[in-house]
Amino acid sequence: MTITDNEAQIAENRRRYEALKAAGTGQAPKAMPAPTTIGAAPLSERETLLRETVPGGWYANYRLAAGERLRLTNIEGTAAVALLAWNAGDTSERINHADSIKIQWTAALAKGRLIFSDMGRVLLSIVEDTSAGHDVLAGGLNAAATARKFGAEPGLRNTRDNMVLAAGKFGLGPRDIPPLVSFFAPVEVREDGTLAWREGTRRAGDFVELRAEMDLLVAISNCPHPLDPATVYEPGPVEVAILPAASTGPEDFCRTATPEAVRGFENTDAYRRALP
Amino acid sequence: MTKSDEITLVYSHEIPARQPWSGVVRKGQVLRIIDTEGQQAVDTLFYRLDDFGERYSAQDTLQAQGSAYITTGSALISNEGRVMLRVIADSCGRHDTSAGACSCESNTVRFGHHTRFEHACRENFLLEVARHGMDKRDIVPNINFFMNVPIAPNGDLVIDDGISAPGSYVEMVAEMDVLCVISNCPQINNPCNGFNPTPVGVRVYEQASA
Repeated sequence: MTITDNEAQIAENRRRYEALKAAGTGQAPKAMPAPTTIGAAPLSERETLLRETVPGGWYANYRLAAGERLRLTNIEGTAAVALLAWNAGDTSERINHADSIKIQWTAALAKGRLIFSDMGRVLLSIVEDTSAGHDVLAGGLNAAATARKFGAEPGLRNTRDNMVLAAGKFGLGPRDIPPLVSFFAPVEVREDGTLAWREGTRRAGDFVELRAEMDLLVAISNCPHPLDPATVYEPGPVEVAILPAASTGPEDFCRTATPEAVRGFENTDAYRRALP
Repeated sequence: MTKSDEITLVYSHEIPARQPWSGVVRKGQVLRIIDTEGQQAVDTLFYRLDDFGERYSAQDTLQAQGSAYITTGSALISNEGRVMLRVIADSCGRHDTSAGACSCESNTVRFGHHTRFEHACRENFLLEVARHGMDKRDIVPNINFFMNVPIAPNGDLVIDDGISAPGSYVEMVAEMDVLCVISNCPQINNPCNGFNPTPVGVRVYEQASA
């Protein structure tokens, strides 16, 4: 390749990137739906495959079949829920927070957004969300950080150990634990780079509903978020419900919201079609 | 590092454009990474040398410092909450640890299916960690030295033109023996390498004992 050819290729690659950036950062957020209303689609009126409460400080793990929905409800508005997910058929494929935010041009998870694996496929779609206040950057507390934040009272449970336990009960080990996403954790990045907690944005009854886009292993941990300004350890309970799969039409919002979503689902659908 | 007579160069290597590298940095040694020609993302992971299960954690690092970018003073934290290295000098000013490494698979989603068979950082990482007995499960979201990824208060995140001039460098002192694994990023579909991947330098220095 001559120098002139190389410069022309660089210019063409830049032109294409600028077009993708304009589409990803300009058009997509305008197309995103408004948050779900608290109290919408009450569970009492829906069929549930499982319904249980995870107390503050505890963890739980679930198997979701493709299409099933996991609803997490912040009963008292004081919980934060860390979540991990693995492809049930190949646990080396798992949630990748960095790919999820880079692909979608945003660190703000909300209704209509997707959670991607490390393989360019969609693990979960956020089909309902009342709060739009979630975190992908700060992770969860470990035992030492929990002791620093709340005092050294023994027995305070933490997200790191919870995830080792939850993964362990799927037969997975610490090497299988990637960075996580945290729901009901309203974190923003200020102009100076500081990670800040938007106080007063969590409400009792907030919920998210996540649709499994392939068969998944899912782990959740209900412990205080690192940036939660609370100085007393008292995370509230979370209600977990699993809802049966419903048919998804070609106009499904999460599948069609952005060009990246379309391509992500093309990869996911092709993978699922080839499964035995 | 201030005075050249207090340090000794013990390792020097130029990583060609698009290529991987790995090497050991002992506790107390200083690792310098040089963006030789400027605007070149250097995707970097660290593993505790005597237990590869303990490795760099982007989230624990950001949590500990309470801010979103890596620069002088940043402690690079492991998934077990321990300090692996500390950044002690940085002539660039800001580095990313939120956007992870490019892969053939994510490239198809980000840039189109025609990019599937282009070389990517995750390919470099997988080949390089395999040399040390590790596999795909050991690859986690990394540090991108010299990569400029501003995150806005509303969450908007873009990979912007690099701000590193030719010869920019970052230095970190190891607080444990670590294996450093680097992918000299081959991405040509966004500005992280100025659309033109270039070589980077790696140096390891021994500090005179106090």
